[in-house]
Amino acid sequence: MSNCTENAPILQISDLYVAYGSILALHGVSLEVHKGELVSICGVNGAGKSTVLKAISGVLKPRSGSIRFKDKDVTGWKPEHLHKLGMALVPEGRDIFPSLTVEENLRLGAFGRYQAKRFAADLEDFFTLFPILKERYHQAGGLLSGGEQQMLAIARGLISHPDLLMMDEPSLGLSPNRVDQIFDLIIELKSRGITILLVEQNAGRALAIADRAYLFSNGRVEYAGRPQDMAGDVDITSVYLGSQKGGDVG
Amino acid sequence: MNAQVLLEFAINVLSMGSLYALIALGLVFVFGICKLINFAYGEFITVSAYVLYLLGVFTSLPWPLVFLIGILASVAIGFLSELVAFRPFRGRSLDALLVTSFAVSVIMQRLFQLGISPRSKAVPIPAFFNMNVELLGVITPLRNCLIIGTTLVLLIVLVIIMKYTVLGVAMRGASENFVTARLMGVPANLVISVAFIISGFLAGVVAIFWSARTGSVEPLMGMSPLLIGFIAVVIGGMHSLPGAVVGGFVYALIANILSLTLPTSLLSFRDAFMFAIVIVFLVLKPEGLMRGNYQEERVG
Repeated sequence: MSNCTENAPILQISDLYVAYGSILALHGVSLEVHKGELVSICGVNGAGKSTVLKAISGVLKPRSGSIRFKDKDVTGWKPEHLHKLGMALVPEGRDIFPSLTVEENLRLGAFGRYQAKRFAADLEDFFTLFPILKERYHQAGGLLSGGEQQMLAIARGLISHPDLLMMDEPSLGLSPNRVDQIFDLIIELKSRGITILLVEQNAGRALAIADRAYLFSNGRVEYAGRPQDMAGDVDITSVYLGSQKGGDVG
Repeated sequence: MNAQVLLEFAINVLSMGSLYALIALGLVFVFGICKLINFAYGEFITVSAYVLYLLGVFTSLPWPLVFLIGILASVAIGFLSELVAFRPFRGRSLDALLVTSFAVSVIMQRLFQLGISPRSKAVPIPAFFNMNVELLGVITPLRNCLIIGTTLVLLIVLVIIMKYTVLGVAMRGASENFVTARLMGVPANLVISVAFIISGFLAGVVAIFWSARTGSVEPLMGMSPLLIGFIAVVIGGMHSLPGAVVGGFVYALIANILSLTLPTSLLSFRDAFMFAIVIVFLVLKPEGLMRGNYQEERVG
């Protein structure tokens, strides 16, 4: 991990504890993401993957620990302020605004960091990346298929030009074809230099494209490192990737 | 039934429905964003009516200015009550917010009783409001035409705001999914404040026409518009702005039909019939006429 020592991470989480009421969901999680990296967080249901994204993005307030983003201590910040600073979350289940049109969904995605000129140029770009959005530009988001909604959710995240794009289970509930499309897209975004923190149950796919990965279990980081280093570890494979290694388990 | 009676009926339904639609909209704007049924909404209307009374009796300001200050008063009360009373409890349960709205309501009622008078006061409204005009052979007070026109203009303006401004799109987004809207950078405080400001504005407009109809203001006057608004919202659907408007007009339609068809001896029980119909309606269609698209409980 040579790039870890070269420059300070864009996102650094230390010893994070997060609870839902009295139930502790994260037990001292530490992780970091560097500029330009694609970092995957994998683990089974209930391991705390989504919780960590919710804490980073300000939806959940951590009980203790710290979150640093772009050299600022942002622990306890509100979601709208974190967005302004340069975070974008593509939420689990996509959370498209169903009665808003595709256009309105995108406009809302840019709300905190709207620049008219950039918005128009981005649309052109998105229409080549996601041709379906052009076709459905004036339709209500709720009328789109699951895969199309996921495209829209990712576009809605990208349109704010985030310094860190977080994706929560982008392949969840999609057909195998769509899953391929989503992962191709993530690779494309990575090649454009976008920093990505990806939470995925589909560990095989997520590890295959990640620079580094964290394996979560019961609210703790069980393993951190490069995917190729952990691939040989049989225990980890069986515990976290399920029996069909690399298969579509998510 | 001849054309004249029909036209008179239509004017009654439309004018009453316009007023009720504005009342219901004021409730739904806040409910949509905060998922709070604001029981202090009636007092927003009362505040404005008292300002109309005070300025009308103790000053000689021209009426457009009086109306403007009256509306500004309920806008200010809407904004301030959110800031002082609701915001501190926002992170807590919805029940806490609900009880807070009761508290705000009762406190304001008592302030009116102690500060002004427990008895009702005549509100001076410009004479042309109650001047009779003839419309295709039907004689009706001018205020009925004014409320229809005012509501039409306000609805058009609101549609433009909600559809074509960034803030309006953000408000619609926030009412469907508050947390996700915040994740897009929509500030929670901003959209909630704006919702209360719009609610206060509508209360101010309602106050003008309500006082024009009743001619007076008293500390508890907010109760009946609140009840009407609440029923209209239940009929139309809690989660839909167009639903609130439809609910207001449907309420007026049912009320007017009852007035026409009930025998004189039962006419004083019109509201009881009204509520019975609403109960039956709720059993058959609990989500209201328009479902809306909200996704999760209010958080934050």
